[in-house]
Amino acid sequence: MSIESPLWEVFIRGQHGTAHRHVGSLHASDAETAMNNARDVYTRRNEGLSIWVVPSNQIIASSPSQKGSMFDPSQGKIYRHPSFYDIPKVVKKI
Amino acid sequence: MYAQQVESTGSQPKSLNKMNPKERAFQERIDRGERIEPKDWMPEGYRKTLVRQMGQHAHSEIVGQLPEGNWIGRAPTLERKAILLAKVQDEAGHGLYLYSAAETLGKSRDDMTKELLSGRAKYSSIFNYPTLNWADMGAVGWLVDGAAIMNQVPLQRTSYGPYARAMVRICKEESFHQRQGFDIMMKMSFGSKEQKAMAQDSLNRFWYPSLMMFGPSDSESVHSAQSMAWKIKINFNDELRQKFVNQTAPQAKYLGLKIPDENLKWNKKTEQYDFSEPDWKEFFEVISGNGPCNIERLAARNKAWDDGEWFREGLMANASKQSKAMNAKD
Ligand SMILES: [Fe+2]
Ligand SMILES: [Fe+2]
Ligand SMILES: [Fe+2]
Repeated sequence: MSIESPLWEVFIRGQHGTAHRHVGSLHASDAETAMNNARDVYTRRNEGLSIWVVPSNQIIASSPSQKGSMFDPSQGKIYRHPSFYDIPKVVKKI
Repeated sequence: MYAQQVESTGSQPKSLNKMNPKERAFQERIDRGERIEPKDWMPEGYRKTLVRQMGQHAHSEIVGQLPEGNWIGRAPTLERKAILLAKVQDEAGHGLYLYSAAETLGKSRDDMTKELLSGRAKYSSIFNYPTLNWADMGAVGWLVDGAAIMNQVPLQRTSYGPYARAMVRICKEESFHQRQGFDIMMKMSFGSKEQKAMAQDSLNRFWYPSLMMFGPSDSESVHSAQSMAWKIKINFNDELRQKFVNQTAPQAKYLGLKIPDENLKWNKKTEQYDFSEPDWKEFFEVISGNGPCNIERLAARNKAWDDGEWFREGLMANASKQSKAMNAKD
C-alpha cells in the first residue's frame, strides 16, 4: 500500500433542532468523497438531516491520562447545582 | 428582556399569500415547528433581527457580570464568595454561547465587541443599576435571574437552532443562580433587624428595574409581531411581566418583605396580581445611556478590553511563531 487516504470524523444531525452528534469515522481521499461516503455509510436508513465531516487530525482531544486534573476540580463545586440550596417546599416556582 | 429593544423589520409580517415562494416555504417550516439552521436560506430581516437580538442578549450576560463582580472580593463568607464566583463565571459562559450562536449567522465576534464598547449596541437596562449592599446579591439572583429565566425558558423553543440550543444550556444553569439568590434573601430576611432592613432596601431598589427587564408593553408593536411570526419572540412583554409578578409576590411574602407597590394585590376576578407599572420614562433614559451606571459599565468593559490587548496580541504572535517553526520542521 502506498499512501493511505486520510481519516474523517462524521457528525450527523438526526432530527430537527438537535445538535450534530458524532456517529463514527471513515477514510476518504478528499472532503467531497468523505461527504458522499458519510451519506452512504451513515444515513442509509434516513437517519440524517445534515452531515458534518471533519478531518480526524484536526480534532484536538483531551488525554485520558489527564482526566483527573481536567475534571476533578469541578467535582468539589457542588454549589453549582440547584439542589445545593435548601428552599422550603412552601416557596413555589423557584 | 435581555434583549429589550430589538427592532425587527419595522413592518407588519406579510401574510402567506403575499410572500414569494422562498419566504413562504421558510414561514411554513417555522409554522410547523421546524428549526432553522445556519446554512438554510432565510429572509434578510430574520437574519438581521436575530443577530441584533442574540447580540443584545450576549452583551447583557457580559455586562451583567459587573454588578455582581463588584461583591466577589467582599462576600461575607468563603462559601458565599465561591458561589458568587461560580455564578459570575456562568454568566461569562452564557455570553460565549450566545456570541457563538450569533457568529453562525456570519457576524464576527470582534464586530459585536466593537458595537458594545462603542455604546452602539444595547444591553439590558437592569445592569445599569448599582449593587450597594450585600443583600443586592440576593435580590439580583432572585429577581434578575428570575426574570431572565421567565424569558429564556420559552426561548428554548425559538426557531433558530443554535439559539435554541444555547438557551437549553443556559436554562439548565440558571436555576442555581436564582436559588442561591433566594438563599441569600432568606438568610438576610430571617437574620438580624439590620440584615432584614438591608434585604428590604434591596427589594425596594430592584423591584421596578426588574419589571422593566421585560420591556415596555408591545402588544401593538410591529417589531414584536414580526418577531413572533418568526418565533424568535414567544410571548408578549406584558404576559411575562404578569407571570413574574404572580410568581414573585408570594415569595416576597414568605420572606416577610414588602414589595414597594401600594397597588399590588391579588385580584380574585382575573386570578392574577394587580400591580403598578414601572416608570417607563426612567427605562428609556437608562436604555439610551443615562442610567446611574451606564458610563461606569462601558468604561469597565473598555478598560478590560484595552488592558487585555497586549496579551491577546502576544498569544497570537506566539501561535504564529509556533506554527512557522512546525512548518520549518516538516
Ligand atoms: Fe443572566
Ligand atoms: Fe445568564
Ligand atoms: Fe444567571
